[in-house]
Amino acid sequence: MSISSSLERNPDLDSWLQIHKDGTLTLFTGKVEIGQGIKTALALIAAEELDVAFERITVKTADTALGLNEIFTAGSGSMEESGSAIRQVTAEIRELLLQMAAKRLNLPVERLSVTDGLIGAAETNSTITYWELFGGQKFNRKFNGEAKPKKADQYQQIGRPVSLIGIESLVGGTADYIQDMKFPDLAYGRIIRPPQYHAELSRVDTAEVSALPGVLKIVQDGRFLAVIAEREEQAIRAASALKESAEWNFVKELDCTDISELLVQNKRTSLLVVNGIPIDDPIPTIAIPSAAVRTSTASYQRPYQMHGSIGPSTALALFSEAENNPVVLTVWTHSQGVFPLRVSLAHALDMNPEQIRVVHKQGAGCYGHNGADDVALDAALLARAIPGRPVLLTWMREDEHCWEPYGPAMLIKLQASVDAQGQILSWNHDVFSDSHIRRPRPVEGHSGLLASWHRATPLPPPEKKPNRAPHGGIHRNSDPLYKFPQKRIVKHLVEDLPLRTSALRTLGAFANIFAIESFMDELAAEAEIDALEFRIRHLEDKRAIAVLEAAAEKAGWGTPLKIEGMGRGIAFSQYKNLKCYAAVVMTVAVDEYGNIQLKHAVIAADAGQIVDADGLINQLEGGLIQAASWTLKEEVRYQAEGILSQDWESYPILTFEEVPEIETVLINRPDEPYLGSGEATSGPTAAAISNAVFNAIGVRLRRLPFTMEEVQKTVSEL
Amino acid sequence: MEKISLTVNGQLRELEVTPETPLLYVLRNDLGLTGTKYGCGLEQCGACAVIKNGEKIYSCNTPVDACRDSEVTTIEGIGTLEKPHPIQAAFIEERAAQCGYCIPGMIIASKVLLDKHQHPDDKTIRQELSDHLCRCGTHPRILRAVKRADQEVNS
Repeated sequence: MSISSSLERNPDLDSWLQIHKDGTLTLFTGKVEIGQGIKTALALIAAEELDVAFERITVKTADTALGLNEIFTAGSGSMEESGSAIRQVTAEIRELLLQMAAKRLNLPVERLSVTDGLIGAAETNSTITYWELFGGQKFNRKFNGEAKPKKADQYQQIGRPVSLIGIESLVGGTADYIQDMKFPDLAYGRIIRPPQYHAELSRVDTAEVSALPGVLKIVQDGRFLAVIAEREEQAIRAASALKESAEWNFVKELDCTDISELLVQNKRTSLLVVNGIPIDDPIPTIAIPSAAVRTSTASYQRPYQMHGSIGPSTALALFSEAENNPVVLTVWTHSQGVFPLRVSLAHALDMNPEQIRVVHKQGAGCYGHNGADDVALDAALLARAIPGRPVLLTWMREDEHCWEPYGPAMLIKLQASVDAQGQILSWNHDVFSDSHIRRPRPVEGHSGLLASWHRATPLPPPEKKPNRAPHGGIHRNSDPLYKFPQKRIVKHLVEDLPLRTSALRTLGAFANIFAIESFMDELAAEAEIDALEFRIRHLEDKRAIAVLEAAAEKAGWGTPLKIEGMGRGIAFSQYKNLKCYAAVVMTVAVDEYGNIQLKHAVIAADAGQIVDADGLINQLEGGLIQAASWTLKEEVRYQAEGILSQDWESYPILTFEEVPEIETVLINRPDEPYLGSGEATSGPTAAAISNAVFNAIGVRLRRLPFTMEEVQKTVSEL
Repeated sequence: MEKISLTVNGQLRELEVTPETPLLYVLRNDLGLTGTKYGCGLEQCGACAVIKNGEKIYSCNTPVDACRDSEVTTIEGIGTLEKPHPIQAAFIEERAAQCGYCIPGMIIASKVLLDKHQHPDDKTIRQELSDHLCRCGTHPRILRAVKRADQEVNS
């Protein structure tokens, strides 16, 4: 087993685990809980390797003061990075404790066994617990990798159902979210954003608002405008008064040209993608193989879509007045990367990173880079205006909807040539989009944090460069897992697009997989080959074939749907071609007006070794439902004067009445590494829906979202 | 500021507050009952739902003035950590939470639903919860939890 990258960066054993004298243990991770259940899975891994009861373990998530830097919680990487690290570290700690116990008990290590932290040997009365042996002590040593983690057949806890850590407080209303933080002397902030990205503040009457009840301070720095008040409703009232008095000058309009035109017309940087990696080789022209009997083309589109967290972004910040305190600013945040955020805050505030402590605190589910980082700088700017008083700042719903970085619009052009048997000979994929990764990283003279762009001395966003990481942003999952003799995949990073964008769950993978898996369905239909069979004919990876077959079997693939207007569709992907495998079969009904109703969904997934099966199912099903919402309903609407999708009425998402029944089949691979699963079902879901619609009414939907209007428009274009 | 009294989770509370203050902020900031969440302030997401005199209301848009001398129940009044209400127990059993932010509102809606209907069918449950948004996609488990709770509460 190779060493986890997290462990290479953080080899100190003490940074991962502390054993306390009272028989409890604290497990540390540099990742954060975002509703994906990572604390539960990590605690289970540690409990298993250490042979202690799961309930003894408390998990502490990322805090710059604790030093455990695992950068971002993103890209379905937490199980592979933190999970693998914890597995290796706790196996080693168990071994060290056994060696200590052997000396203490005067028994050979081989004779010792552990039951819930109690070390003993059969047929002797000598025992000692981990906490008697080592409670409150430190190892002061680095990981050396000599101990071997358990094999799956030795597991006693992994595989058994466990409760989600903290669920009692989630359902009891006592969970402590960042929005719920209490401090004596807490002040409340609210932001007044410009009406549009390019509006400058020309006039605002602060005197009148300053006199409103409870107002402590109005903070104005360029077009960054905010208010701090004693009570939350006072801050809200003052903010709306400021908003009314503010006059704005629109410097530039949002470009409302059809986004599908902008994506192909605007200046762009194009790179060839080989094996999922962008390279500098010349981009070949599209060639049609001589054996080809048919060449097909199709274009697929995704609009801008939002994270849409139910709880708007929030941060709490405190500027210390105490002298000799090395930490001047403390920020509590639900950011997915507290260490990178600390550096970005330091840069934006012209401070030293060591002067800032950034502590993770759970917020509402975020699904990528939403407003969490931005609001942290907002709160810090307010806290700096009233040193010594903590300021809690929550964005209003409109702030979240209008200012979060959206999932970028995408356009994908596909072309494939097939031989007489319908086998694909060549495959061409051109994907056009904006940057998918704009998480804050400081670059000299630039900042990735929203408020920096609005201050009197602005730090504009860093220049966009094409991401060259394997399956990075735009090109994530653009390279299909299928075996085609010829593949030509090109990513196009397009400039001057109208809306702010960054990482939304799956990044480019959602639309790339939607396109690939819809097109595979089209090619199968043209070749008159069953869609499942057609995929299998182009796959060599047995685990890929296994999830497809498992989903098909569960869904009764091939059995007729007798009701008119109903259809079934299948789709598949392996996230980033190296993480969780997932296949989705969706059954839909389409009525005479073009309303699509999701009836039933089947997921089959292979996430390697399963740690927390119920948590895994929650991630897979949750991903499917969110993707179904993107597919059927979601599109950020805007006009020259600004964003029109300002609330849940103007940006509707899937409701209880629209969610399908879901059945999930898990394929456990106890001897295989963990494969991140949080983004596995998103892409296949969109394609399974579009393929099911074709099966139902014979219409190919290629532009998301599939609203009734879109279905009618597509039918009218036939 | 005015003196306003209301009963919250069975306790008489007297507050000195501006009457138009949304109930949400009184609950969260004056009474420390932070289980009721801010989501939109527009009655569109259901995160702030509480029960007033047996009916579900959205506290983000209800002035505290409208709750004078009323009985208000928040998520904290439904059950306790030691003794969860059967609906809460069913949510735990079904693991019906991911980030959990929407869950207090879901449980409030379920409580009002099950108080009024014995054995609601799937369609009724979905209708009654349709104003409550969940972004994590926990819907199937929430539906199962409500059905499980119904067996417990209404049998």
